Amino acid sequence: MWIDENKMKCKQQKLLEIHNLSLSFQRYGTWLRQESLEVISNLDFTVDKGEVVAVVGASGSGKSLLAAAILGILPPNAIVQGEIYYQGTRLTARLQEQLRGRDFALVPQSTTYLDPLMRVGQQADGHRKPRPTERRKKIFEKLSLPEKTGKLYPFQLSGGMTRRVLVATAMLTEAQLIIADEPTPGMGVEQALEALQMFRQMANEGKSVILITHDIDLAVLFADKVAVIYGGNTVEIASSRDFERGEEGLRHPYTKALWRALPQNGFEPVWGTQPYAGSCMKGCIFAPRCSMRTWECEEKMPPIRELREGEVRCYHAT
Amino acid sequence: MRRQNYRTRAVILSVLLLVILMAIYLSGIFITEDMILGSFLEAKLPPDFQHFFGTDALGRDLFLRTLKGLSVSITIGLAASFISGIIAVLVGIGVACGSKKTEEAITWVIDLFMGIPHIVLIMLISFALGRGFWGVLIGISFTHWCGLARVIRAEVLQLKSEPYVAISKKLGKSGSWIMVHHMLPHLTGQILVGLILMFPHAVLHEASLSFLGFGLSPEQPAIGIILAESMRYLSTGMWWMAVLPGLLLVILVLLIDKLGHLLRIIWDPYSSQG
Amino acid sequence: MPLEAKNLYFKFQKQESWILEDCNIRIEQGERVVILAPSGYGKTTLALLLAGYLKPDKGQILLEEKQLPKEGIYPVQLIFQHPEKAINPRWKLKKVLEEVGEIPEGLLTALGIEKPWLDRFPGELSGGELQRFCVARALMAEPGYLICDEISTMLDTITQAQIWQVILEEAEKRKLGLLIITHNRHLAEKVGSRIVELE
Repeated sequence: MWIDENKMKCKQQKLLEIHNLSLSFQRYGTWLRQESLEVISNLDFTVDKGEVVAVVGASGSGKSLLAAAILGILPPNAIVQGEIYYQGTRLTARLQEQLRGRDFALVPQSTTYLDPLMRVGQQADGHRKPRPTERRKKIFEKLSLPEKTGKLYPFQLSGGMTRRVLVATAMLTEAQLIIADEPTPGMGVEQALEALQMFRQMANEGKSVILITHDIDLAVLFADKVAVIYGGNTVEIASSRDFERGEEGLRHPYTKALWRALPQNGFEPVWGTQPYAGSCMKGCIFAPRCSMRTWECEEKMPPIRELREGEVRCYHAT
Repeated sequence: MRRQNYRTRAVILSVLLLVILMAIYLSGIFITEDMILGSFLEAKLPPDFQHFFGTDALGRDLFLRTLKGLSVSITIGLAASFISGIIAVLVGIGVACGSKKTEEAITWVIDLFMGIPHIVLIMLISFALGRGFWGVLIGISFTHWCGLARVIRAEVLQLKSEPYVAISKKLGKSGSWIMVHHMLPHLTGQILVGLILMFPHAVLHEASLSFLGFGLSPEQPAIGIILAESMRYLSTGMWWMAVLPGLLLVILVLLIDKLGHLLRIIWDPYSSQG
Repeated sequence: MPLEAKNLYFKFQKQESWILEDCNIRIEQGERVVILAPSGYGKTTLALLLAGYLKPDKGQILLEEKQLPKEGIYPVQLIFQHPEKAINPRWKLKKVLEEVGEIPEGLLTALGIEKPWLDRFPGELSGGELQRFCVARALMAEPGYLICDEISTMLDTITQAQIWQVILEEAEKRKLGLLIITHNRHLAEKVGSRIVELE
């Protein structure tokens, strides 16, 4: 629906590839013992040029950490394993530092990322010369931020306005890859749609967007594909067209459960809670909550496999 | 040996430092007056194996005298930081929780105290109290609380704006309950570290006060007295009388300072995970 | 026993314009009122006023036609959007619940709070897990009215549905009055008995 020809042309080029990423934290346990806690394991996905990839999953499934891992802004006690390639080159800490702010832009989740002592307009403009003030004003207007917003200080903005300013800031950069960590909470539906539409437009111009979100229903309207993460694992990669068909089109039982729990689709929770990636489970991480589980699921973690032009980590998905 | 993690190293190092400090303190207690009694035959000797720091003009062993002096310094430093700490906590919490008027009044007092050079104020108080051990102790105690009081005030004000504190109030908890359960756990680390970092200040001020003649009396083996006496002989080339006791004082102060920073690392679980 | 706000005016110091101007709202017992409005309409401010965290510059808030108490457990409890800030980071979660009183096992099970979590520190749990504790804490205070300010905005859909199911059940059982603030129209239609739209 949102795919145009321009995008099809540059489609085949992979911009970002993540292979087998795992992430753990060194932390202090009781008294002086140090232990490591795994929060992401076996994470794979790719982002093509001109593509919007939505990353959805339970809170605490490691989505925000994924963003930090790509940008290389994890705390020092984090240990990353696996590979991330950007335009075919393997990312190193050094390269990440060069790419941050130039090729990579982040729309942060927390609204405390703005400098409290600087007018937001000035912050959005950044150090670029000449100042992109005109373009910024247009973007502000598109996101229905009142004209005087640029002159305000962060504490004078409401939560939703702050988020829109953060989105606008990322849009002003020349970045090839925009990572948006929960950009829409606090916005009304119209504003959220507007913001997502702008991400879509950026993708149509050849940039790529990773959209970390809980609002699956909105995200699938604009994304090309959706990566579903549960307990630090990729459980499904689906095209957003699969979501249009509803539960039928989806593969993994967790994705189906997410979809069913939307207020407009039944508002029906599955009971239980997400385990930690490092909770020593040998079987499938979703097995304890899954209605389709068999002995096989409890024995061994299913590998990710291709299914109906998507990918799924489940023995029983059809 | 396996490389220990950051926190373990901090713990080992601080235990080591504590042992050294205790050793200095205890040695001072066990050194009796007659051990320092000198003879004029041995006056003004440069350092050798019998007298590590040499001897002074009266033939007293300088190493033992210095240890004894530092031990007195540690006692005064400890007591003074402790009293200062209590004043600071009371004032800091009082200011943060009191009315606008009390806050203004106490802030004014703090500014007043900080506006006058420490050493002048300590000299005045010590002099007014007749100098000696108590004069110095009270002088130092009543001048060192301002900085910590400010830190605590800022911390309490910040805690008061935390949603969980506001929620606690709406759950029916009283101000004092919130102070004990929500705020003090946050403040303990700050207070502890503040106290330890106050300690070297107190020690240095004690030494300078005695050096200037407003502190401990000349017959006491205080580090300030030793340094003051040595001044007379410095020009005749008897360097050891000033340099070696002075060096030990500097080392002591640095050790305590290091201890304070180590404790901060151990206390605050978020500061360092390396 | 309605909760009423009459002619509320509010602004932060030195700010020129009112955030709330002549605001009136009435919530009956057992009613579930949803306020649906874009950001910047002072919804959070209204929530803070009703729950007693802020004082109105003009106007009054009445419960059963009476002023609300200054001390003791407040009969209007608020659940915040960000659970991370609403919980003391140095407390084990057991203590967070014990602050209100004895821990009701049934409520924990219903909310999907697992036993081992009680011995953890807040930094070790996710936002979704912490929000369950905030809901439990607010319900344990046995309020007559509960205000939910975007409580599930930052949560995944399954956790959202889980939490709301518990709140709605408890509200039904205790005849709680709810004031729900959200941006999500679908959610509003699902959980509200009356929707107030601000334009």
